Amino acid sequence: MSHTQSHSEAHVAIQAQNDAKTIFGFWVYLMTDCILFATLFATYAVLHNGTYGGPSGKEIFHLPYVLAQTLLLLISSFTCGLGFLAAPFHDKTKVMFWLAITFLLGAGFLGLELNEFIKLFQEGNSWKRSAFLSSFFTLVGTHGMHITFGLLWTIVLVGQICVKGFTAPVLRRITCFTLYWHFLDVVWIFIFTIVYLMGAK
Amino acid sequence: MCQACENALSAGYDNILGKLSIDACIHDPVAMGGSLSIVASAIGICALITYLKRWKWLWREWFTSLDPKKIGVMYIVVAIVMLLKGVADAGMMRLQQVMSVGDAHGYLTPDHYQQVFTAHGTTMIFFVGMGVVFGLVNLILPLQIGARDVAFPFLNSLSFWLFVVGAILVNLSLVVGEFSATGWVAYPPLSGLKYSPGVGVDYWIWSVQIAGVGSLLSGINFLVTIFKMRCPGMTLKNMPVFVWAVLATMVLVIFAFPILTATLFMLAFDRTLGMHFFTSDYGGNPMMYVNLIWAWGHPEVYILVLPAFGVFSEVVATYSHKRLFGYVSMVWAIIGITFLSFIVWLHHFFTMGAGANVNAFFGIMTMLIAIPTGVKIFNWLMTMCRGRVLFTTPVLWFLGFVESFTVGGAAGVLMSLPGVDYQVHNSLFLIAHFHSMILVGVLFGFFSGFTYWFPKIMGFKLHERLGKYAFWFWFGGFVTAFVPLYLLGLMGATRRLDHYDASTGWQPLFIVAAIGVGIISIGICFQILQVIVSIKQRHENRDTTGDPWNGRTLEWATASPAPFYNFAITPTVHSRDPFWVAKQEGTVPTQKPKYEEIHMPKNSPMGFFIAACSFFFGFGVIWHILWMSILGLLSMIGCAIWRLCDDDTDYYVTAEEVEKIETEIQQKKIASERK
Repeated sequence: MSHTQSHSEAHVAIQAQNDAKTIFGFWVYLMTDCILFATLFATYAVLHNGTYGGPSGKEIFHLPYVLAQTLLLLISSFTCGLGFLAAPFHDKTKVMFWLAITFLLGAGFLGLELNEFIKLFQEGNSWKRSAFLSSFFTLVGTHGMHITFGLLWTIVLVGQICVKGFTAPVLRRITCFTLYWHFLDVVWIFIFTIVYLMGAK
Repeated sequence: MCQACENALSAGYDNILGKLSIDACIHDPVAMGGSLSIVASAIGICALITYLKRWKWLWREWFTSLDPKKIGVMYIVVAIVMLLKGVADAGMMRLQQVMSVGDAHGYLTPDHYQQVFTAHGTTMIFFVGMGVVFGLVNLILPLQIGARDVAFPFLNSLSFWLFVVGAILVNLSLVVGEFSATGWVAYPPLSGLKYSPGVGVDYWIWSVQIAGVGSLLSGINFLVTIFKMRCPGMTLKNMPVFVWAVLATMVLVIFAFPILTATLFMLAFDRTLGMHFFTSDYGGNPMMYVNLIWAWGHPEVYILVLPAFGVFSEVVATYSHKRLFGYVSMVWAIIGITFLSFIVWLHHFFTMGAGANVNAFFGIMTMLIAIPTGVKIFNWLMTMCRGRVLFTTPVLWFLGFVESFTVGGAAGVLMSLPGVDYQVHNSLFLIAHFHSMILVGVLFGFFSGFTYWFPKIMGFKLHERLGKYAFWFWFGGFVTAFVPLYLLGLMGATRRLDHYDASTGWQPLFIVAAIGVGIISIGICFQILQVIVSIKQRHENRDTTGDPWNGRTLEWATASPAPFYNFAITPTVHSRDPFWVAKQEGTVPTQKPKYEEIHMPKNSPMGFFIAACSFFFGFGVIWHILWMSILGLLSMIGCAIWRLCDDDTDYYVTAEEVEKIETEIQQKKIASERK
């Protein structure tokens, strides 16, 4: 076995091990994030009746609006998945296309959310109004913050694909990003159910 | 919102330096002394490094290093510095309690006294306890599982530097502004804006938050390291008990620290954005905070003490020259503690009035957790039983631990009865109990492990006799300092008293307790002396064999100090005490193996930079300096993206180089054997 050959073989083995470590580690990170959200959900559950004379969920939630948000995010998860599936074939145009669509849908979701927040502020229902609104803004806003980071991530990812192509680390990052984006979808389903559906009743 | 709260909320945002002004650095005389001593020691250390021309060396070899052994040493150095500060805080508290009786009011103002006990708790838990835990784990864990590194070396460096930023913020609060005066868990509504409008609580929040995020990242890092990087043959049931203990600890970190992160964010939002999570009006619920902080806080206790259990399992087996008694029950005990530690948190506030059934449940769970802990105590004792025990310093620390920990544990079971707890809640009895667990558990465990593993990292042994002196002073000091507190607690003395009536008759016992702190300080002096003498005599005490204690586990199979790649050839194991078995069977390889190139991470300054940016972010938020916090946050993100785009993060050590290093080690070994 020549020296260079053993070198590249070792390199492949190390890459495979790096993939396994990083993806497992990222998954564990997502679980810690899950606990962070669980804490916020628990707080919301305790405080959602603490309206202190301010509006309750029933008065400020508009379900059709939130349904539109939900659909945008769910479709973005689907397009993100399509991009992930195209990545192993090193299909640059396809991956970039689906990532761009994912970005736009995510940005649309975020825009709707910001619009909802701004409206609440203008009506005098800011997070200072009551404990219910504090926990509402924090829970939904933390999810929105994660979406913002996800959008930033897609930009960096597209940049990396352009410059580096589909190297092992870039492919690994696409996998992690997909995990992240699906995770945010799952969290949103819980927000949609617990905050909006149950709150608008 | 109340007008005062509104004012505190918006204070400083119209100013370029926020709420910061020169007044923040002016304190009363006693606090000024503390402030000046912090500044003087910081300047002194910087001057010494400059005089020795070591800045470049520190930067290149240490600050940017991704080697877990170096990061571990740095963790321990920071933790020891913080330990000295924490002990000084303790001494100040006891001195105040000795002096402040009846008409006399001591030398500390009530507010300053409150800051001192808050700083003591925060320092000891977050910056001493967590520091020594992650220090030892960094040093030993990769070696024990036969790995060359941790799973994410860069993340490890980042965790360490975030920890340092937290420690710096705590110390900085002494100089610029004030520290929290709410106790180390900062219960609202006291820690809310209404009752603590100053920057103290904000310092507490951000120092703990930044260090806590570092701990969380470390938790993920070491969990993945244990699951993905064990050497061939090291199945879960072949792992040393220390590794099991660390695994359980990291599971606890992963489950508990996100709760802390979320809780601190909510408290911070209350204080800087005017939210109402934990305020007593506007629908907020302070008890929610108390529940959340202990849902993190109780597992945190086990995060600190489980690694110490792991250390003792290694120390006892090695110095008894016996296999650890009841390995399987030991592992199940660790798993049992891990599980139970999440369902006992309410015992910290039985008096909240959750009702008889709730209190009964948590009381019973608390009693149950004593069972796995008891199993461990008996296993250690049974390991010593009929072994050839060497009463070295690490074993002395263990024996001191068993004694105090068992007494403290029994006091804990006593307090798990809600009825009893109503009597001793928030009393000095409780303080004595948890110092018996945390101080003795964590610090004695750390000192034991420090002495035991010192030669593996430094290449020479610690001075044995001075170590024994240190132990006896620590142990005697501990008993003198805390037995009076048990008594005082039963006599009705509550914790955090800065003044009491002479008719209580407590003063003599407070004097004894203060003497105890003095004795502990002598022990600390002996430890410092021990390190200095050991460094001076390092040539006599050099460990050239790599196995100074006739060890059992893999870390002793490589040279001392361990080379940066840990193992030239990745070991393969077949049993639980692989190195011991290999020595018994005479299968330790003596022939020169065929070396191969080794894959290692390159040094990186980015962990340092990201943490530095987090400092400016935290400082900006504390002082309402908007531009600084935004700039800090953006540069943190920028540095992270920079690092993510850099794929040139590792290199190969050539086989020739490995051979050169290994031959040198062999030659040193042969030379010392000839002597």
